[in-house]
Amino acid sequence: MRVSKAIYTIWLRDVIRFYREKPRILGMLGQPLLYLLIIGNGLSYSFRMAAAPQGFNYLEFMYPGIIGMSVLFTSVFSAISIVWDREFGFLKEVLVAPVPRWSVAIGKALGGSTIAMLQAAILLLLAPVIGIKLGPLTVLKLLAVLFLIAFSLTSLGITVASRMETMEGFQMVMNFLVLPLFFLSGAMFPMKGMPPWLETLMRLDPLTYGVDALRNIMFATSPARELLVQFPLSTDLAVVAAMSLVFITAGTMAFSKVE
Amino acid sequence: MNIITVAKLQKKYKSLTAVEDVTLEVGEKEIFGFLGPNGAGKSTTIKILATLVKPTSGTAFVGGFEIVRQPHLVRQSIGLVFQETTLDERLTAGENLYFHGMLYNLERSAMAGRMAEVLAMVELTDRKNALVKTFSGGMKRRLEIARGLIHYPRVLFLDEPTIGLDPQTRNRIWDYIHHLRLRENITIFMTTHYMDEAENCDRIAIIDHGSIVALDTPANLKKMVGGDLITLLAPNRSEVKRIIQETFGLAAVESEEQLQLEVESGESFIPSLAGRLNGLISSISLRKPTLDDVFIKLTGRDIREEAADNWGMMRAHMRGRNRK
Repeated sequence: MRVSKAIYTIWLRDVIRFYREKPRILGMLGQPLLYLLIIGNGLSYSFRMAAAPQGFNYLEFMYPGIIGMSVLFTSVFSAISIVWDREFGFLKEVLVAPVPRWSVAIGKALGGSTIAMLQAAILLLLAPVIGIKLGPLTVLKLLAVLFLIAFSLTSLGITVASRMETMEGFQMVMNFLVLPLFFLSGAMFPMKGMPPWLETLMRLDPLTYGVDALRNIMFATSPARELLVQFPLSTDLAVVAAMSLVFITAGTMAFSKVE
Repeated sequence: MNIITVAKLQKKYKSLTAVEDVTLEVGEKEIFGFLGPNGAGKSTTIKILATLVKPTSGTAFVGGFEIVRQPHLVRQSIGLVFQETTLDERLTAGENLYFHGMLYNLERSAMAGRMAEVLAMVELTDRKNALVKTFSGGMKRRLEIARGLIHYPRVLFLDEPTIGLDPQTRNRIWDYIHHLRLRENITIFMTTHYMDEAENCDRIAIIDHGSIVALDTPANLKKMVGGDLITLLAPNRSEVKRIIQETFGLAAVESEEQLQLEVESGESFIPSLAGRLNGLISSISLRKPTLDDVFIKLTGRDIREEAADNWGMMRAHMRGRNRK
């Protein structure tokens, strides 16, 4: 009871703070649209000339990747609020409260995930514009997977933020972690046909399976499915679930050590 | 009954001993002042009592709970107001109180009433829905005190509650502190650099080099320094000095243009002194020993310099300090 109250409180605070910051909401909406419009269209047009297999639509391929990317950035950087709170003192108020530290970490992870999910939901609304039809059940399944991805990535952010004393340090480390995670995730280019060393790296990136799960669900009935996905859905889900478990464990442990 | 009992508390870090040997007891509803130079072990002791730092040895009970074995019960029974603000400035005053109440497991049904009560106590009722970032320094401090009280703590720890505030606001804060002791039946454990404010405490402990060097009421502490100081201005100092020696058996000390003598009770001594020296002196002044004098005598340092240091340090290391 007490623990769930603490988780709820920490979550609620992050959500209230989010909706009070209008520029953040604008940025959240604008950024993925920009990526979809510029990178998606740009690459889509230049790839048309290359020897793409029949039926392969780059924008379709890219769309789940863009959603994955938005969730990645929003989740991971939401943990900056820990560094922020440390800088402005509020962290101390939380650390001296008579609640277990792990409940605070989970509240934070849920808060960041909620915001990332909002962004993902808005992007999913754009599906018809890209020319993809999604049934309500598909959307629910996608949201469930996206939630797992968001939760694990926020936890990853918490793991790092708990050790960081400055915003600059956090940004540096995160860029170092996030960009490879993103580039290797297969969000922008398919794994098939990559040189073996790159394919190995892509297989090691847990986000690869997250993005692949999204494609698996999104294109379950599409004739181009074979071209778009890499792994069976069960493999994807197992890896994503394991990733959540590992990262939230690391996150709560790191946050418990904060002084 | 004692609300805080500390026995042989010690805290060692790798290369230094922050707290050497602290033993003290604080009674219920007491306003207890904890003074000491910077680095004397003051904040480490408070952190240990607030269960933020574990002691190397020794024990302490706060509100009947042991600080190492029952940290959550200790935390539930104390309120903490730190030197630096720990409010969320992007939330409203009400939200800050609400979140605190939730974290301290206040009954939801009792929340609204209690929030109104503590806000009224610090006269911030009309600012409930204002964002904290629009508050002045004094208002923030008041809100923090209100927040520290919302979960009915039995002890309120105040670390420099009035630092950085103008004198008027400082007085207001003290009014609230006295008022809430009466209303909330609460014990107050506080640190301050302002010696005139330390006079408000029922008892004062002075810590230096990690150990308590004195613990008594302000009046008794001042007695340790000696008597009242009387300063005379007289044209013929040697004559006056001789008369004082003959009449009262006191040795006056000549310094520059003045004569100084120490007596037990200045107020009752002045009439007879003035009567005897009529016409020979141009002025008499009386100075009572202050806690400043006590502090200098016990620690060899002037707390006002410490306070100045502290401010310099706060400016230079604002970011660093907030992290601790």
